[in-house]
Amino acid sequence: MSDLSGSEYDVAVVGGGLVGSATAWGLARLGQKVALLDEGDVAVRPSRGNFALVWVQGKGLGMPEYAGWTKRSADGWTEFAALLRDQTGIDVAYDRPGGFFPALSEAELEARAQQLQRLHNQPGVVRYDYEILDRAALRQELPFIGPDVAGASYCPLDGHCNSLRLLRALHAGLQHSGVAYRPNRRVERIEARDGGFRLATGGGEVGAGKVVLAAGHDNIRLAPMVGLDAPVRPERGHIIVTEKTIPFLRHPVGFIRQTDEGGVMIGDSFEDAGLDVGVRVGVVSTIAERAVRIFPLLGPLNVVRTWAAQRVMSRDGFPIYEQSATAPGAFLATCHSGVTLAANHALALAPHIAAGRLPQEFDVFSARRFHVPEAA
Amino acid sequence: MFQRLPNAAAERVPFTIDGRPAEAQAGDSVAAALLANGVQTCRATPVSGAPRAPYCMMGVCFDCLVTIDGVGNRQGCQVRLEPGMRVETQDGKREIGL
Amino acid sequence: MSATKDQYDLAVIGAGPAGLAAATLAAQRGLSTVLLDEQEAPGGQIYRAITRTPLRNPGVLGPDYWHGAELTGPFRDSGADHLPGTTVWSVSRDLEIGLSRQGAARILPVKHVILATGALERPFPIPGWTLPGVMGAGAAQILLKASGLVAQGNVVLAGSGPLLWLLAWQYLRAGARIDAILDTTPRENWRAALPQLGAFLRSDYVGKGVRLLFEVRRKVKVYSGVSELKALGDGRVQMVSFRQGDGEEWRLPADTLLLHQGVIPNINLANAIGCAQTWDETQRCWTPQVDAWGATTVPGVAVAGDGAGIGGALAAEHRGRLAALDALLRLGRIDRVERDRSAAPHRDALERAQQGRDFLDTLYSPAKPFRVPPDDTIVCRCEEVTAGQVREAVALGCSGPNQTKSFLRCGMGPCQGRLCGPTVTEVIAEARGVSPAEVGYYRLRPPVKPITLAELASLPKSEADVAAVLGRH
Ligand SMILES: Cc1cc2nc3c(=O)[nH]c(=O)nc-3n(C[C@H](O)[C@H](O)[C@H](O)COP(=O)(O)OP(=O)(O)OC[C@H]3O[C@@H](n4cnc5c(N)ncnc54)[C@H](O)[C@@H]3O)c2cc1C
Ligand code: FES
Repeated sequence: MSDLSGSEYDVAVVGGGLVGSATAWGLARLGQKVALLDEGDVAVRPSRGNFALVWVQGKGLGMPEYAGWTKRSADGWTEFAALLRDQTGIDVAYDRPGGFFPALSEAELEARAQQLQRLHNQPGVVRYDYEILDRAALRQELPFIGPDVAGASYCPLDGHCNSLRLLRALHAGLQHSGVAYRPNRRVERIEARDGGFRLATGGGEVGAGKVVLAAGHDNIRLAPMVGLDAPVRPERGHIIVTEKTIPFLRHPVGFIRQTDEGGVMIGDSFEDAGLDVGVRVGVVSTIAERAVRIFPLLGPLNVVRTWAAQRVMSRDGFPIYEQSATAPGAFLATCHSGVTLAANHALALAPHIAAGRLPQEFDVFSARRFHVPEAA
Repeated sequence: MFQRLPNAAAERVPFTIDGRPAEAQAGDSVAAALLANGVQTCRATPVSGAPRAPYCMMGVCFDCLVTIDGVGNRQGCQVRLEPGMRVETQDGKREIGL
Repeated sequence: MSATKDQYDLAVIGAGPAGLAAATLAAQRGLSTVLLDEQEAPGGQIYRAITRTPLRNPGVLGPDYWHGAELTGPFRDSGADHLPGTTVWSVSRDLEIGLSRQGAARILPVKHVILATGALERPFPIPGWTLPGVMGAGAAQILLKASGLVAQGNVVLAGSGPLLWLLAWQYLRAGARIDAILDTTPRENWRAALPQLGAFLRSDYVGKGVRLLFEVRRKVKVYSGVSELKALGDGRVQMVSFRQGDGEEWRLPADTLLLHQGVIPNINLANAIGCAQTWDETQRCWTPQVDAWGATTVPGVAVAGDGAGIGGALAAEHRGRLAALDALLRLGRIDRVERDRSAAPHRDALERAQQGRDFLDTLYSPAKPFRVPPDDTIVCRCEEVTAGQVREAVALGCSGPNQTKSFLRCGMGPCQGRLCGPTVTEVIAEARGVSPAEVGYYRLRPPVKPITLAELASLPKSEADVAAVLGRH
């Protein structure tokens, strides 16, 4: 890993998580000379702590374009996974069997149905199928639900993958296509100069024609350096993983899914907790209790790990994609569904960045939406 | 392959290994009881199916995992043998009661 | 002796010499104290089964073992509660102990915690070390102490360190068979250890150690300078192969191969609590950062005994007492003057117990190829990841074990890195050309030992906990 001083790139991507890696991978595919600058071994990294859903249902209430953007990525995932496999030999275990979102009472089920209906009633929203299943109908699909389960919503577009393998495949692909991945290079400063950018890191300076901010939580600090704004906050989510179990659950069931390796992953919580990734036993206990009510057969399984990770949340929960007005080679990309949207970041967003221009359809994702004074 | 020292006898404890009757003695862990009965392999790994047997005897390595009284993936070296226990060797991933 | 109370002043986790001594002193001086241990009987590793070993002949285990009874007696009378068969799977920052006993989990609030979780055998990654029939020498010793079981058939011991020789001696005393001892101590270690020889010669180790070594060497064939050790066999170990220095390859039949290259602190619980830890260059292991009283960087949490750096059983006992005195101070039962006064004899005893340790640490520092193994050797037994795969991940840009963990699942299995952590750190350090300290270690999370989902689900929850989960549903 040579020193960076004097290096020149077409694009410097800041942040080696899922957003940055997928974008860098997409840029490299188009022949761009890319540097990917990342922090070290211990960092606030939602990319290593996520739930690995490629999930469509329920997303986009309040921003119909997000529903379309999400569906487009999920639709692109099959091709994306195939490209990764062809390039690296790594199978990221993408599977799209359709997903259930369970409800533990009639009231929960009703609220879910209304939410989905409101989502799909929005003007201009993309159309796709979903169903509300009552308990009897759900038992046909998932015979081992517990007595408290009232039903579920179902959408055939939902799927999941192995997100750790996704990160590894992206990195193997980056290496394959000559991207300069540089860990332990936290970007301290970015300066727009001579139509390009100079990035000061702990391990030297990098020059690049364009810069993509994909630094997750650190975008808050970095964005203003290039005339952008990234109003995001951390939202803590806890996840539980059990020992490897014989395959019994192919569908992701909202916050419960079985991985291709056999472990059962169970999420999830939504807490404002700063950047503290300490695990709160009461929260994981609540998650565990809900999971056992949904699938009582999970009760005897051993929990081998729990962790907490920070989602990168904007105020309305939707992504921010933006090109700087004052330093037009600078782009911002931040979202909390980095797995679902990875296909888009690689195959849809990267080409625009390579071309140097975000088209108008991205205006809706601009942080300017937060700048209108909020109605009281 | 382990044998009991001649002057280390204690009260006999009957139990079963994969349904076959077996005997060990008071104070034995389940893992010790298996070794004393000539069991060479207590499980096959869920990753490659490789055979494994107790390695650390102190609860660290998880290679002694066995099914005890119907409950899978228990650390045999950390569970004291009780009369009548049903001990089963394991093959691969944890079973789940579907 | 069962925990009847809903809370305690002090929880001591681990009933080895450190924990027994700490709990005894604390309870004697008025703290409501509970001692928790996974094992069914007190004693920890060295004094395992001290109250119930089936071995009738005290000569087999030796006098150092029977010293344990001097700790269990006073403990029994101290008034401390004892919760055997109890796994501690979590300690929160607010000092709530998450424990599991007979299949039921529970949260126990305390005001101070002493971790006395001791040591585990240093991983000994060689080709074939996952084969049935390959075990730790410490494991064989546990079978001997607790069950009076010894290996039969062709028995080979391999490695380095006092415990390897002690086990050999105990086996011989018990009348068990040992075919050979393969000594992996690097020859150059003798030169490195020479400057500490003086202190060692004045220590208590000398008399016992030398006599024991002599007796074993007289009765067993010892191969020294052993390298390229491998366990071979189909479905279980049948053979060991090795070289002496650069010499030709030897093969010996083996039904049991007992490996040992020292012990390292069991740091998982301290790490999961968030205690800072440092890399010990001499002992080549991670150690929680502690002050002279065992206090960690987390308020209210101390570590005593081998868990805070290997010092041996006698040292562990004294370190336990020092940590207990500090707990009395922190809980307002004694003042600083009283703590220091009471500590004086234990400090002197600790110093005596530690004399000569540096010599042993340097002499028995494990050979590099057994810490940083070749590519084809499995380092992570749970997920079956090889050293070569770790090196490939480093080539992809992984700079530390948390990244290799997410790329390879290395360290993600049920043992939670206990048997791969030190190796992975050293493999990455070598591949990157930096120190292990710079590479770092796994960031661990509770539960440090598995509990069932149902147990987890049964625990008390605050309104905020529930809101955190149900807020969005
Ligand atoms: C296998 C083995 C054999 C050894 N044999 C000898 C010997 O013969 N002679 C010698 O001089 N030295 C021996 N040593 C070294 C010796 O054990 C230590 O120097 C000494 O025991 C340290 O005492 P301790 O109190 O710090 O820890 P230990 O004696 O190791 O006690 C730690 C205790 O903590 C318990 N524990 C750990 N984690 C948890 C948890 N999460 N929940 C509940 N309980 C927990 C363990 O069950 C154990 O009982 C041996 C070490 C090992 C690993
Ligand atoms: S033998 Fe290692 S955990 Fe039981």
